[in-house]
Amino acid sequence: MTQKDARNKTWRSLDELAGTAEFQRFLEAEFPEPASGGTDPVSRRDLLKVMGASLTLAGMTACRTPAEKIVPYVRAPEDLVPGKPLFFATAMPMGGFAKGLLVESHLGRPTKVEGNPEHPASLGATDVFGQASVLTLYDPDRSQVVTRVGRLSSWMTFLAALNVAREEQHLKKGAGLRLLTGTVTSPTLAEQIRSLLAEFSSAKWHQFEPVSRDHARAGAHVAFGQDVNTIYRFDQAQVILDLEADFLGWGPANLRYVRDFTAGRRVGQGPVAMNRLYVVESCPSITGSMADHRLGLRAGEVESFARKVAQRLGVQDASPGSPGPHDQFAEAVARDLAQHRGASLVVAGDQQPPVVHALAHAINHTLGAEGRTVIHTDPVEAMPVDQMQSLRELVGDMQAGRVDLLVIVGGNPVFTAPRDLAFAEQLSKVKLRVHLGLYEDETSALCHWHIPEAHFLESWSDARAFDGTVTILQPLIAPLYGGRSAHELLAALAGKASLSGHDIVRDYWEKHGRWKIFEESWQVALHDGLVAGTRLPPKRVALRAGFLKESLPAQKPGRGLEIAFRPDPTIWDGSFANNGWLQEMPKPLTKLTWDNAALVSPATAQRLGLHNEAVVELRYRGASVRAPVWIMPGHADDSVTVQLGYGRTRAGRVGTGAGFNAYLLRTADEPWFSAGLEIRRTGDRYSLVSTQHHFSMESRNLIRAGTLGEFQKNPRFAQQVEESPPPGLTLYPGHPQEGYAWGMAIDLNACIGCGACVLACQAENNIPVVGKREAGRGRSMHWIRVDRYYEGPPEDPAIFHQPVPCMHCENAPCEVVCPVGATVHGSEGLNEMIYNRCVGTRYCSNNCPYKVRRFNFFEFADWTTPSLKAQRNPNVTVRSRGVMEKCTYCVQRINAAKIEAEKEDRKVRDGEIVTACQAVCPAQAIVFGDLSDPNSRLARLKADPRNYALLAGLNTRPRTTYLARLRNPNPEIRG
Amino acid sequence: MAQLFHRSANTIARASILGAVLALAVTGGMLWALYRSGYQTEVGVPRQQPVPFSHKHHAGGMGIDCRYCHTSVENSSYAGLPPTETCMSCHSLIWADAPVLEPVRASFRTGEPLQWTRVYRLPDFVYFDHSIHVNKGVGCSTCHGRVDQMPLTWRANTLLMEWCLECHRQPEHFVRPREYVFQMDWNPPADQLTLGRRLVAQYNIRKLTDCYTCHR
Repeated sequence: MTQKDARNKTWRSLDELAGTAEFQRFLEAEFPEPASGGTDPVSRRDLLKVMGASLTLAGMTACRTPAEKIVPYVRAPEDLVPGKPLFFATAMPMGGFAKGLLVESHLGRPTKVEGNPEHPASLGATDVFGQASVLTLYDPDRSQVVTRVGRLSSWMTFLAALNVAREEQHLKKGAGLRLLTGTVTSPTLAEQIRSLLAEFSSAKWHQFEPVSRDHARAGAHVAFGQDVNTIYRFDQAQVILDLEADFLGWGPANLRYVRDFTAGRRVGQGPVAMNRLYVVESCPSITGSMADHRLGLRAGEVESFARKVAQRLGVQDASPGSPGPHDQFAEAVARDLAQHRGASLVVAGDQQPPVVHALAHAINHTLGAEGRTVIHTDPVEAMPVDQMQSLRELVGDMQAGRVDLLVIVGGNPVFTAPRDLAFAEQLSKVKLRVHLGLYEDETSALCHWHIPEAHFLESWSDARAFDGTVTILQPLIAPLYGGRSAHELLAALAGKASLSGHDIVRDYWEKHGRWKIFEESWQVALHDGLVAGTRLPPKRVALRAGFLKESLPAQKPGRGLEIAFRPDPTIWDGSFANNGWLQEMPKPLTKLTWDNAALVSPATAQRLGLHNEAVVELRYRGASVRAPVWIMPGHADDSVTVQLGYGRTRAGRVGTGAGFNAYLLRTADEPWFSAGLEIRRTGDRYSLVSTQHHFSMESRNLIRAGTLGEFQKNPRFAQQVEESPPPGLTLYPGHPQEGYAWGMAIDLNACIGCGACVLACQAENNIPVVGKREAGRGRSMHWIRVDRYYEGPPEDPAIFHQPVPCMHCENAPCEVVCPVGATVHGSEGLNEMIYNRCVGTRYCSNNCPYKVRRFNFFEFADWTTPSLKAQRNPNVTVRSRGVMEKCTYCVQRINAAKIEAEKEDRKVRDGEIVTACQAVCPAQAIVFGDLSDPNSRLARLKADPRNYALLAGLNTRPRTTYLARLRNPNPEIRG
Repeated sequence: MAQLFHRSANTIARASILGAVLALAVTGGMLWALYRSGYQTEVGVPRQQPVPFSHKHHAGGMGIDCRYCHTSVENSSYAGLPPTETCMSCHSLIWADAPVLEPVRASFRTGEPLQWTRVYRLPDFVYFDHSIHVNKGVGCSTCHGRVDQMPLTWRANTLLMEWCLECHRQPEHFVRPREYVFQMDWNPPADQLTLGRRLVAQYNIRKLTDCYTCHR
C-alpha cells in the first residue's frame, strides 16, 4: 500500500495498514486458525464437563476475599508520606499563556488540579480546561509511539532522519527550514528558537493559533503604533462597556477578571455599591448574562455602536455615521462612562476588528482610564506577529516549493487553518514534515513523522501569564507514553538531542535568571509557582494623532445573514475534543453536550422556518456544511453563530465524529465574522442533547433577583417571596444535632455560570462520563449542575445561572423513602449516601424535589483502563452499576480536616474545609462552612437579607441556600 | 369413605414441617457460623510471606518500636510498610548472608520491591485512618492483637462492621492513655470503665456512628 492510500483509509490494526503478507493470509483464512475445523481432540462433551466444573469451583472462590499484595518502596522518597497527598506548583499554558496551578499528587499520580492562589492569572481558581487537563494526561488515546508514515518507529530513527535533513539545511543556511508553533511566551523556548534561527539564518519561524489575538494586537498598532499588551482593572471600574469581549469567559486573564469584576458587585454590610456592566454582543455569552444592560447587535454592527459612543465622548474623527435605533442606548452609556471618569473602561473582544480595539483605546484615553482602570505593558509574547499573515506566508512558501523541512510544534493546523489557505493541500509539497502532538490527529496523518508530545503535567517548561509573570512548569509524573516536550524537539533540531527538558529549562534560567544564588531562587520559583519580579512594568503609551482618520467607518454590514465564529466553550479550538469531561459538560448557555450547533435568534428562526435540531446547510463563500440549528434567546437577528472545534475526524475514541466542522467555512480574511451566509433547509433532523430543555421557572421563584434600588428599599425582598413553614412542622422525629453543622451558601450575584464547579466536582469525586446517548436520556452523573433560566422576552431575556448541588435538607424527603436505610441523616447535618447499602430502588431520586440524585444505570465508571484508574481520587469510592449517588459536600475533605483538627485538639477553623466546587470558583460564589459557629463566614452569609432557600415552602429546610441576584440598571435606560 | 391417609401421616407431616424449619435453621446457622469462622474472617490464620518476617522476634524479642517501621502511623491514614532500605539498615550488618533474607537483599540490589501479602484488608468502600485512632488512645494491640507474640502475622480480629462499632459506640471500654498506645503488653486495668470515661472526656472522643465516618 502506498503512503498516500494509508492516509485516506480506515484501518483496524497496524498490520492491516502495513499490508503485511501475514495479515493477508490471516484475512484469507475464513476463521482465525485456532477455531478452524472441528478436529480438536477435546470433544464438545468434555468441554461442557470442564465448563460445568469450573463454574462450580469458581463459585467457591467467592467465599474468601482474594489475597492482596502490599508493595512498599525499596528506597522511600523524601517527604512522601503514603496516604498524604503532595501539592506541586506548575501552570497550564493555553494559547501560549499560563494560568497557575497547584496539582494534587497521590504517590506520584497527579489526580486533581487546583488553582495557585499566588499566581496572578489564577488567584486560586481554575477554568474548565485546567480541571479537565488531568484527564487528558491519562487519556489512553494519546499517541504513544513515534511513527513514520503511520508505521511504528523510534525516537532514535527519527533523530537519524532529522540529522540528515539538518545537514542538508546547513548547506542552504536553513532556507528550506520552517518552524510552526502556537503563540510562544516561554522564555526558554523563545531562546531556543532564536538560537536555532541564528544557526540557520534563512530559516523562518511561523506562529499560528486558531483562536488568536491578532485583532487586539493590530488594534494596538492602529492606536499606539506599537505592540502593547492591555490589562484591565475591573476591580477599579464602576462602569464597564464590553464590546463583544467575553472577558469573563475566555482569554489569558479571564479568571483574574472574574474575581475583580465580581468583587465590584459584592453587597455586604456597609455602603452598598455595585459596578455597572453594559454588554454589546451578537451571541449571548456568560459575560452577557452578567450584564446590567445587554444589547444584541450583529457582530458587524458593533463598530458603528462603538463609534457612536466614542463620538459622544468627544473622541475625534469617530465618524459615527447615520442615526440608528440604538442611539439612545449609546447616548446613555456614554453619559454613564463620562460620569465615572477614571473609574470606567471599555473593553473590545478579540473577534472584533482592529478598529474597534483602537476605538476602545481612544475612549479609554478620553475617560482618563489609562493608569487607573486600564494598564498598558510591553507584549507578553516572545515575538508578537500577525498570526494569520504568518500562516499565509508559510502556505505561500509551501506552495512555491521553498519548504524542505517543516517542523510543526503542537497544534493541529490541518484541522484548524482557514479553508481558503488550503493548508493541507500545500502541506503535501513539503519534503519532510514533522509533527509533535498529543494525539495522532488530522495533521499527523499528513506528516511523515509524528512525535508523541509530553503533556504539560509531564514536562519541564516555562510560560508567562497575561501580565508577564513567569511560571516554571515542573512535571508531576514521568511521560506516560514516552512523549517529548517542545524543548526537547527543538534541542534535537539544534543537534543537541541529548539534553533533557529539565536541563534545557534550568540552563536557561541559570544563564538569564540574574539570580544571586541560583539554587535557592530556582527552588523558590518552583515552590511558589512563579518567578518573582517577572511581571511586566506598566508603560505609558501615547495615542497616535488622528489615527481614526486612516480607518474608514465600517461599511454597512453586507447583505444576507452574518456568520460568526466562536471557540467552543468546552472543547475550545478542538484540542480538547477527546476529553470526555469537557464533551459532557453542558455548555454554559445552550446546555448542549457532545455537539455544537448553528445558533440563531428566535425571530430569525421563525423567519427562516427553522426549529431546534433541524439540519440546515450553511453556505458561505462557496463552501457548505450541514449543521443542526439551536435557537438561542437573546441572539442578534440575522446572524448565525457556530462554534469551532467540532467535527474532528481523528480525535480519538471520544471526540471523533462529534458535531460539525465550522472551520470548513472559515476564511483567512474574515476569521471571526462576515455577512454573506445562506441557509438552506434540508428537512433532516439531528438529535442534539441539552441537559436543560425547560427555560421557565413556572413561577416557582427558584431564582430571585432584584435591582440595587429595590434592594436598598427592601433588603429582604428575596425572603418575602415564599414563606418557610415554622421548624418542627413535620410528623417525623427530628435529627439530633451535635458538633458542627455543615452548610453552604451560593451567591447568585457572583456566579457567572462558567461551570468550572461541575468539572471540579467530577475530578474530585470520580464521577464517570456517560456519553451522548445516556446524557440524552437524562442520565448525566454530574453531582452539581448549573441551571440556566431566562426571564423576559425571548429576543432580549435576562439570563440567570444557578448551581444546584445536593441541598442536604434537614427534613430530607429522600431519607424517609429509602427501604434499606442507604441514605440517612448524619449528626452534623449531612445527608449521607451509603453506596454499599444501596439496592437501587431509586425511590429517593423520585422523592427529591431538587433532582440532584444520580443513578448508575450502567457500569458508567471505567474499571478496566489502567491509565484512567490512576486518575481517580483514592479517597472516594468508585461507584458501580445500580447505585445511587449525589453530592456529599466533599465529605472526604471534611473528614480529613476534622482528623487533622482533632489530632491538634482544636475545632476545625473557618475556611479550613474547602469543597471542590468552592475551591475552583473564580467568582468565589460558593462558601462552605459551619453554621454552629456564629462568626463563620457562612453564618454571616446566612444572616444576609438576600439569603433564601430553594423551594422553602416544601419544608425541606435545605442546608444549601442562595443569595439573591442583584442588577444595577441605569435608570436612564428602560427595559 | 375410607381414610385416604393413615393416621401416622399427621405425625409425618408435622415432623417434616418441623424438620424443614429445622433444616433451614441449621443451614442458616452453619452459613452464619461459616461467615464468622476463621475460614472466612481469616482470624488466627498466619499468612505466608516472601520473607518469613517475625514480629515476635523483632517487636517482642528485640523490642523495636512499632514506629521504627510503620513510620506514618501517627500522622497518616496509612500506617506505612517499611521500604527495603529500612530492613537493610540492620541486615546489611546482621545476618547479612542469611539465605532466608535473600529476597530482601535482591530487592535492595535490583530495585524490585518486595511483595508482602496483606493481612488486614478492608473493603474498598471503607476508609480507615490510623493516625486519628492512635491519637485518641486506641492501642495497636486493641485491633492487631499481641503482634509481639506472632511469628508470622495473622489477623487478630474479624474486621466486621459490628466489631468496629463495638468501640465506636462505647469507646470507654477500649481506650487507653496515649503514652501506652504502642505498648504491646498493656492490659486494661480493673477499673477500665472509670479510666475510659475519664479519657473519653479528656481526649474529646466522640461516639462516631455516622455512616460518613467510614463510608464515602
